[in-house]
Amino acid sequence: MPDNKPDIRSHRLGKGEIADNFGDLHPPLSRSEALIEADRCYFCYDAPCTIACPTGIDIPGFIQKIRSDNIRGSAHTILRENIMGGMCARVCPTEVLCEEACVRNSHEEKPVRIGLLQRYATDPIFTEGSALFARAATTGKRIAVVGGGPAGLSCAHRLAMLGHDVVVYHRDRKPGGLNEYGIAAYKVIDDFAQKEVDYILSIGGIELRGGAVMGVDFSLQQLRDAYDAVFIGIGLGSVNALGLPGEEMTGVESAIDYIATLRQSGDLGELPVGRRVVVIGGGMTAIDIAVQSKRLGAENVDLVYRRGPEQMGASRYEQELAQTNGVNIRRWAKPGGLLGDSHVTGVEFERTELDDEGRLRATGDRFTLAADTVFKAIGQAMDADVFGEGAEHLQLKNGRILVDSAQKTSLDDVWAGGDCVLGGDDLTVTAVQHGKLAAVDIDKRLRTN
Amino acid sequence: MANLNTEFLGIPSPNPFWLASAPPTDKAYNVNRAFEAGWGGAVWKTLGEDPHIVNVSGPRYSALHSNDRRVIGFNNIELITDRPLQTNLDEMRQVKRDWPDRALVASVMFPMNEQTWAKYLPMIEDTGADAFELNFGCPHGMSERGMGAAVGQVPEYIQMATEWAKKAATVPVIVKLTPNVTNILPPAKGALDGGADAVSLINTVNSIMRVNYDTLTMYPTTDGMGTHGGYCGEAVKPIALNMVAEIARTKETQALPISGIGGISDWRDAVDFLALGASNVQVCTAAMVYGFKIIDDLVDGLSNFLDDKQLTLDDLVGKAVPSVTDWQYLNLNYVEKAVIDQDLCIKCGRCHIVCEDTSHQAITNTVNGERRFEVIDEECVGCNLCVSVCPVDGCISMQQLTDGTDPRTGEPIRTEKRNWTMHPNNPMRKTD
Repeated sequence: MPDNKPDIRSHRLGKGEIADNFGDLHPPLSRSEALIEADRCYFCYDAPCTIACPTGIDIPGFIQKIRSDNIRGSAHTILRENIMGGMCARVCPTEVLCEEACVRNSHEEKPVRIGLLQRYATDPIFTEGSALFARAATTGKRIAVVGGGPAGLSCAHRLAMLGHDVVVYHRDRKPGGLNEYGIAAYKVIDDFAQKEVDYILSIGGIELRGGAVMGVDFSLQQLRDAYDAVFIGIGLGSVNALGLPGEEMTGVESAIDYIATLRQSGDLGELPVGRRVVVIGGGMTAIDIAVQSKRLGAENVDLVYRRGPEQMGASRYEQELAQTNGVNIRRWAKPGGLLGDSHVTGVEFERTELDDEGRLRATGDRFTLAADTVFKAIGQAMDADVFGEGAEHLQLKNGRILVDSAQKTSLDDVWAGGDCVLGGDDLTVTAVQHGKLAAVDIDKRLRTN
Repeated sequence: MANLNTEFLGIPSPNPFWLASAPPTDKAYNVNRAFEAGWGGAVWKTLGEDPHIVNVSGPRYSALHSNDRRVIGFNNIELITDRPLQTNLDEMRQVKRDWPDRALVASVMFPMNEQTWAKYLPMIEDTGADAFELNFGCPHGMSERGMGAAVGQVPEYIQMATEWAKKAATVPVIVKLTPNVTNILPPAKGALDGGADAVSLINTVNSIMRVNYDTLTMYPTTDGMGTHGGYCGEAVKPIALNMVAEIARTKETQALPISGIGGISDWRDAVDFLALGASNVQVCTAAMVYGFKIIDDLVDGLSNFLDDKQLTLDDLVGKAVPSVTDWQYLNLNYVEKAVIDQDLCIKCGRCHIVCEDTSHQAITNTVNGERRFEVIDEECVGCNLCVSVCPVDGCISMQQLTDGTDPRTGEPIRTEKRNWTMHPNNPMRKTD
């Protein structure tokens, strides 16, 4: 067994290396690159890419505007459906959404690089701050939005556009939710999340109240009493536990918390990182923490997932990204025990397989990985207690809020969206769509009542 | 390798590709490089009277680009040679001496008086030039001075100047025509009547490329002002082919040998011109966009094509001319329908939307709930729009109905031909 002294320290890499490792993962397209790429779009009818986009952006439409150098028009086409089109251009798993649907795949297996074109079209808007949207005549209606992430801000922006006044309550110091505190740093450089929030707020009519936690500072009922409607976009508050003895040892950390710290760090070199890192989980968060650990200078990073590549929440592209960054992905193994006394020294895993009926079972075959740090990235759960009294009629299912196709909850004046609703899928783009749909429905209800 | 040796008007050249009279043939340096690269001949940049003209010292060219900046069309306002006549004559003499196997043709442009032609043509012929090409085509600058297209637009002037040239020259005379006319036949007839040995066409088309979106002036300009230029390059090829075919298929003009010009960029373009009646071709824009090296593809592409088709160059010349006719003689009993190859279809839906929005609503977008594009024979008029817009080569084809009935009209498919001149809807029909 390895010695028990944990090897966790800062400055494993020099400033230059850190800067390189946390630069733009996909550098933006130059104008000539964008024009050539835009020329590859066939301008499909009822385009499969648009159908595959959760926010339904008219993709051939915005690409055609790139072709004609109508960049502001292109950005408007994107942002009118998805106000976080800038963020989505950076973080969307396009390989399983629009770019997977691109008809170019069928004869050359090389889709139009829609994500990068979307970034090309939207970047100037955030640099120049061009006002693309104006508010409708004021309605005098006030709506409370709980949560400052993609769902809440999308909802707030659309409501403001429609003439309503909005107050956004958000838990953290800065608005933006996972765009600000989650997501790998190399996907969102140069403080882009805050630039996007600033742009969203610039429409006017949106008031932010930071550090305001539902269930602590206010209750759902209080909001219902004070506002004409409420939108809940609180995401998932708590991190799932491994359920193993020793989980409280130092060195066993939540990937979500570490990424939040990393995203807020002014000097990434200062962040302590283990020499040997074990990540448990198979979603985007697992990939993000594994790759970022490696890029901070961890010598060895193992990512262990209990099933196969098809079942991983991370796309095939993300899995390959981890592998090309030197992360060892070990599939078909589940954690059986944490080793160590006060600080974790390793994890014991047991190999898994599917039985004849397709159920996962342990094989009894075990192996141990030495670790200075173990990151838990096995998902999050919604904390239902936050709704407090008066919320008994808020219907939940599988621990998430139940909503209809217009994002309305079982309560007449409460809508919800993003990861906290049943059907939420950890994607910024889906959360944005939920917020937009809710805003449209809220507007409809408030105007008819 | 097919034999590409040609004798246009008895002038031998190792292949049918000449450089057209234009900037690439302005001086010995360029022409020597062209011949080294393998060009079969060159029409020297148009000579004129001394004192020589002057060009602007600003933009002479501009282009119509695709998004990846491939040049689709090209525009110029350059005039004829801006060097002293004697300099050109000395260089031409030397080049012809150094390259006896290549065609060297002197392009000329003079004012409309016979004495000038009589004075200059013998001097120029003395260089050893194989022929003259009379520039009645340039649509900019020189036409304001009563030359170039100003002559080419008046058949009587063409005839007159051609007669002067024929009187002064002992070598063949080619008349270069302008496309800036409504009908190419009268100018061609003028050349023929004046005694021309051949015509060459087309020269460039009057054009303004665009405006400058910042200054909202035309683009490009010289000190803030611009003027129309001559348009050429790939974009003008169809215009040129029509004019070539008109001359080749019309009884009164078909005796004229044709040197085809207009947007020839690769060997297939040359096949177009040759099959539609040109005996050789001239190239400028493609060389100005890519350099002289393009001659490699022109020569071996044409040669490989002739080998594959087991044709000689002579066989190819005019091969397609009998297929060109007037609309009124097209067989109205002939029926085609589009057929989409589902294995090649990438489901972009372009065929559907263009047919739906702009044509005959003859292509589905959904079949049994699936995204699928199929031709509805009951609606398809066989217009070829879907074939034209489909991004996959060969995915949609037109297929003839040979028997049964046309599902669109309910009419039986008839094997006998019936054109408009016989059609019952034609009040002017020729009755039996």
